[in-house]
Amino acid sequence: MANTIAVLDYGAGNLSSVQNVLRHFGAEFIVTSRPADVERSSALIFPGDGEAAASMGELRRTGLDEALRSFHASGRKILGICIGCQVIFSHSEERDTACLGLIPGEVKRFPRTQGLKVPHMGWNSVRFRFRHPVFEGVPQGSSFYFIHSYYPVPANVRHSAAETEYGETFASAVAARNMVAVQFHPEKSGPVGLRLISNFLSWDGYWDEDGAADDA
Amino acid sequence: MLEKRIVVCLDVRDGRTTKGIRFENNVDVGDPVEMARQYYEEGIDELVFYDIMASAERRKIRIDTVRRVAEQVFIPFSVGGGISSREEMREVLLAGAEKVSVNSAAVRAPRIITDGASLYGSQCIVLGMDARRDPAMPSGYRVVIDGGRTPTDLDALAWARQAEELGAGEIVLNSIDADGTRGGYEIELTRVISEGVGVPVVASGGAGRPEHLLKVFREGRADAALIASMVHSGDFSIGGIKDYLRERGIPVRVT
Repeated sequence: MANTIAVLDYGAGNLSSVQNVLRHFGAEFIVTSRPADVERSSALIFPGDGEAAASMGELRRTGLDEALRSFHASGRKILGICIGCQVIFSHSEERDTACLGLIPGEVKRFPRTQGLKVPHMGWNSVRFRFRHPVFEGVPQGSSFYFIHSYYPVPANVRHSAAETEYGETFASAVAARNMVAVQFHPEKSGPVGLRLISNFLSWDGYWDEDGAADDA
Repeated sequence: MLEKRIVVCLDVRDGRTTKGIRFENNVDVGDPVEMARQYYEEGIDELVFYDIMASAERRKIRIDTVRRVAEQVFIPFSVGGGISSREEMREVLLAGAEKVSVNSAAVRAPRIITDGASLYGSQCIVLGMDARRDPAMPSGYRVVIDGGRTPTDLDALAWARQAEELGAGEIVLNSIDADGTRGGYEIELTRVISEGVGVPVVASGGAGRPEHLLKVFREGRADAALIASMVHSGDFSIGGIKDYLRERGIPVRVT
């Protein structure tokens, strides 16, 4: 298996910042929308801005949905970013969309209440709920850059790896075995974001979620 | 808690920044890429590049600048100034900018906001708006274009709301009265717009001292504040401004 990271290109926004960070670290990667490339890769980055229904439609059309499922089942590491932290769940409220179901849970919209501006845009602090190799060395409460209107609600609280306040407390990062997904944009979050991505690059993809749940 | 953003604005003309006194000793004065990198290292939250002068080669130079900034600066930045077509938006976003801002072109043909938002998402499309005090207008402020030279019939609040409806994801609100004075932001204008729309508002024009930012966050209800000469001159540092705000209870990003 080639030691290459596949960056999924499924029409969901701009991939140039993710590519710039990978170049910055000298990582070997391909940007692809072909299931065969995904199959051959050793790690997967699932980025994207955009909308759940359109994203799922494109993933199905290209066959990337099945490629993602089998990649996930193979135990190789996956990093989801933003919309890639949403469509891994079972369902999204955004146009009532059935999603990949890699992690049980829902994706909900921020309420339009009490002057809460939606999208949630800007820097906000992230509190990690447990230690994880991908968050190593990132100080508790670090600020990351967010831009989103929907947020994940894992069915099983132990999959919630970090929390952020915006109107309410939501899961700003999730972790489940070989997958970490973040609602914020580490590629736009300065030094702490770079650290998180560099941790992902060196992670072996193994994480004992049962052990971590006991710590939490 | 969502933090208040401090945004540094760099005015670029044919690929060179036009103000940058304090950089004289340590970096290439006028190289927007170098200046951006320096501010990034000092902990700025976001950058805005305004292309203030047109030239035949402008687009090519602009794209090259955006690309070089994106390779080194891992925070959001936007690009504006004379952008009037979907093609220009696409170029700038693909080169690595997080957002593009449209100003006069959107007043002349509001469709560019809708087009941009449907192609790239509202989060990429910023409305730049210049406003001038005018008691004849319902909100007390009139929209002006072409860098403040041309008055329009638009009321500032009505235009802000219309732009939000069309799909703008953020508004950079510049007071022509305060711009360049370093005497403080136009608080009333900022408050009227910020409370009147559901998207973030970046206050612009008039920043000269950290107190001005404190006031525009507290009283103007701004989500972000744009600064330029107060830091380009070397009179204040990003860290110093953030310390000042944090000590007074404004949530800002610590780096």
